Amino acid sequence: MKRYDVIVVGAGHNGLTAACYLAKAGLDVVVVERNDFVGGAAVSRELYEGWTYSNCSYVCSLLRPEIVRDLDLPRHGLQVIPYEGGLTFMQNGDYFANYDDHDAHYREIYRHSPRDAEAYEHYAAELMRQCRFIKPLLMRPPPDPTSFKPRDVNELLYLGKAFHGLGELEMYDTLRFWTMSIAEFLDEYFESDVVKAHLCGSGIIGTALGPYSPGSAYVLLHHYMGEVDGNIGAWGFARGGMGSITRAMASALQAEGGEIRTGSGVKRILVRNGKARGVVLENGDEIHGKTVVSNMDVKRTFLKAVEAKELPGEFLTAVRNFKIRGSSGKLNIALDGLPDFPQVPKDCPALRGDTHFSDTMERMERAYDDWKRGTWSKDPYLDTLIPTRIDPTMAPPGKHYMTVFVQYAPPTLANGEPWDGPNREAFGETVLNQIAQYSPNFRDLILHAEVRTPWDLENEVGLTEGNIFQGELTFDQLLFNRPVPGYADYRSPIKGLYLCGSSTHPGGGVMGAPGANAAREMLRDLGAPQTVREPAP
Amino acid sequence: MSGGYDVAIIGGGHNGLVCAAYLAKAGRKVVVLETAKETGGAAKTEAFAPGFKVSSGAHLLYQLHPKVIADLALETQGLKLVADDLATVALGRDGEHVTLRGGAAEGVSPEDAKAYEELYARLLRFAAALRPMLSQVPPRLGEAMGLNDKFALAKLGWAIRKLGRAEMREFLRIVLMNVADLAEERFESDLLKGALSFDAVLGCHLGPRSPTSVLTLLYRLAGEASGRQGRIALPAGGMGSVTDALRRAAETAGAEIRTGAAVTSILVEEDRAVGVTLDGGEAVRARCVVSNADPKSTFLCLLGPRHLDAGFVRRVHNLRNRGNAAKLHLALDGRPEFTGLNEAELRGRLVIAPSIMEVEEAFNAAKYGEASPEPAMEIVIPSLGDPSLAPEGKHVLSAIAIYAPYALKAGWDTAKEDFKSRLIDRLCGYAPKLKEQIVAAELLTPADLEKRFGMAGGHWHHGELAADQLLMNRPVPGAQQYTTPLPGLYLCGAGAHPGGGVMGAAGMNAARQVIAREKR
Repeated sequence: MKRYDVIVVGAGHNGLTAACYLAKAGLDVVVVERNDFVGGAAVSRELYEGWTYSNCSYVCSLLRPEIVRDLDLPRHGLQVIPYEGGLTFMQNGDYFANYDDHDAHYREIYRHSPRDAEAYEHYAAELMRQCRFIKPLLMRPPPDPTSFKPRDVNELLYLGKAFHGLGELEMYDTLRFWTMSIAEFLDEYFESDVVKAHLCGSGIIGTALGPYSPGSAYVLLHHYMGEVDGNIGAWGFARGGMGSITRAMASALQAEGGEIRTGSGVKRILVRNGKARGVVLENGDEIHGKTVVSNMDVKRTFLKAVEAKELPGEFLTAVRNFKIRGSSGKLNIALDGLPDFPQVPKDCPALRGDTHFSDTMERMERAYDDWKRGTWSKDPYLDTLIPTRIDPTMAPPGKHYMTVFVQYAPPTLANGEPWDGPNREAFGETVLNQIAQYSPNFRDLILHAEVRTPWDLENEVGLTEGNIFQGELTFDQLLFNRPVPGYADYRSPIKGLYLCGSSTHPGGGVMGAPGANAAREMLRDLGAPQTVREPAP
Repeated sequence: MSGGYDVAIIGGGHNGLVCAAYLAKAGRKVVVLETAKETGGAAKTEAFAPGFKVSSGAHLLYQLHPKVIADLALETQGLKLVADDLATVALGRDGEHVTLRGGAAEGVSPEDAKAYEELYARLLRFAAALRPMLSQVPPRLGEAMGLNDKFALAKLGWAIRKLGRAEMREFLRIVLMNVADLAEERFESDLLKGALSFDAVLGCHLGPRSPTSVLTLLYRLAGEASGRQGRIALPAGGMGSVTDALRRAAETAGAEIRTGAAVTSILVEEDRAVGVTLDGGEAVRARCVVSNADPKSTFLCLLGPRHLDAGFVRRVHNLRNRGNAAKLHLALDGRPEFTGLNEAELRGRLVIAPSIMEVEEAFNAAKYGEASPEPAMEIVIPSLGDPSLAPEGKHVLSAIAIYAPYALKAGWDTAKEDFKSRLIDRLCGYAPKLKEQIVAAELLTPADLEKRFGMAGGHWHHGELAADQLLMNRPVPGAQQYTTPLPGLYLCGAGAHPGGGVMGAAGMNAARQVIAREKR
């Protein structure tokens, strides 16, 4: 029977990224995927004829440019189109728009608060400083501060040097930034509620934190440290939906001779004498390999796919304690035409970007309170886009596709009520109602709508508790703490078993960095040629 | 005009007195200028009804720094404790309760008791690693970093490293975590989880689910009483007797203390603080000025922004210092009865925080400038062990209630009475006959605390005790080593490192800085 060098469990974007780098090194790689299609949560599926949805993740910015280049993804069909601006509708009939054009943006903030227009420059500069500090850390393994190994010590020194290089006051500000709430951070710069609300959204997306929770400023950074065509903080659409990213990766993998087996759910990871030997599929087939790397989240990997007796007790406890609460849902809506938003001029370029309906941070925080109580937000925060304004490939001519990201929705409902059925429907209605308040013809245009709760996300994609980041982005689960203290180097207590998903550093988003970093560690262990760039010393 | 002082200290709160005592002991000529008729600041024993006295601000002692007690010989100056190891009794709705003393938990399952013992021991170890920082000047970073700063950082790093590898990992994991998760990882008892959460968030603008609430819990556990870390003590004669002892220590050392002397501004000459002006116009000149007032009052009111650069003023403006806790005092006709509690338990520290979610819901309201519909409370009945506080057979009850936001949307003028009866009703849920025993009641909202004790925002830490306002960020960069951008002006209050609670460490550390920097 064939023995692969590497078996990758799960064909999400990180699994595919890792597989590509490993195959490039000449290793014999197979990716096994439970679903009949690749992509994990970065997929474009045609569930209704003529419409392609970005069913789960929906916009692109974080994908590391190093990976795009190394894997030559554009050659395999990836095209990212940046979108302009964004918009927040206000309850008083006004709106706040975000423009790419610097002067237009200044004038728009000025319209709401002259003071804030001035402050924005300072705010943007500070955020950029934090981005520059964190960016070099993304494509390196986090150092273990308890270790005296030369590599860990070097990485710690690197971190210390990067920190020291900021300058004295900036160091204090960085320490503050990492522990502040996004609301406190914004309060220091701005006075206008809607300006703050608009900027604040990125501080909560995907996390079980509210804008007033300490640590949410970092979450904002996490959404801001990406780029499109070198524009830091910019976001874009992958032409043809997010699935085109993973399709390009799959094509790159096949070009390197890697193998992909879809419809092959892994039942168990085979371990013998403390070493990973392969996987058993749900149909009972065994695939053997020298190493196994799991793109599944840390809980699914170690609590479901590996037998408890193979793992040390403390490690299991740590995995059980890993926080992976889902906080968001998703609607994909097919529209018969473009919805009207009478509050905003028809030709406003900001309509091509992300639109929101929460005009104060307090409304967003109250939405979070509902989550804490075990119910979906009655006045949710929505991140709404109509990709077909820019990318016509996703809907039939004249028709449109709208993606709505919904914050917050808990992984399980209070009193053990099921998500399936009337609750899912009611959740969807809550969202549609909010949009309909601002768009009179919206409801009439809906041809069909697909509603995803955290429960659905777990069932379809396999993300435990439907957490889009495979684990919360709080300090206790970042850097050397992610996913488990002592195992932040993509390795596990089982020899030859690695993790490469968003549960690992630097976390979620369609970034690819965990996959690349994991591949680097595996290539080191296997003594194979290094295809992932070593971080600069 | 009076003058010739080496140091003028603005405010005779406990930190001002500690600072004065240390400086006088070092031979400096010190004057303490206190607005009120008596020293003590927010650590005072005051009568709120004829014959009934209570610690009107802080009411429990768990952090008074042992070095301060020893250096200033406070025990010979009259510091006495009624109890030095109060149990925490977490009250349940129907008289069931959980009693916590040290690492021992009663009223919970054996699994919870074991888990609590382990967690408590671990938290004490972690807090002990951080404790040396309390009595240290926080380090500066970057180019300005001196040898002392490097040493302080290295010491902290070593203390954490010394925990051992596994413990250090756990420390780094939980130190910025939220207390709700920490509790839910281990315990099943709601009362136990509620009480632990309460300890973490008391006095802070944090809920149990707010990240960094474990850090504030560690802060609390870093304190000690009678030489034992984590203990809670009740001073004889109320908190005023602690500050009285401090006052005597300062006076014994030679410091001059002037009460009824309200400082209205800091005198600046040639870019240096050279004294203060009092209400009435008198100038008190000194070679340097130390302020026990909160940072916002010190920089924005007493000094004035014109002496400071814009960036620094902006940071001071941004300092979060809005209190969240109210104080309730009840004069009682007789001994109160709490359902299900025996005499010994009644003498403990009673906590109403029945579950994590209830504390969190109480906090939810505070986020929006509303008082908690169902506040969480810490209650002591000090007169049970200290008859000096109430007429014979009668008692006083002192409680801290959270959350009562300083900037109440409805305004405290209109909402105060309502909140007071809400608190009394809440208490009556656990002590049904209490209402009939009440002969007088006083509620001090953060707005009242601000007015009475002169703390801007009515915050007992003078500035939110949050991860981003600690150490080198306390109160703000540029003033984090008790020094300020203005030569000759120092801070010694709770707004400076390491924060509030009747600890005295800020006063002690500030004195050390003044001695080092102000040569005679």
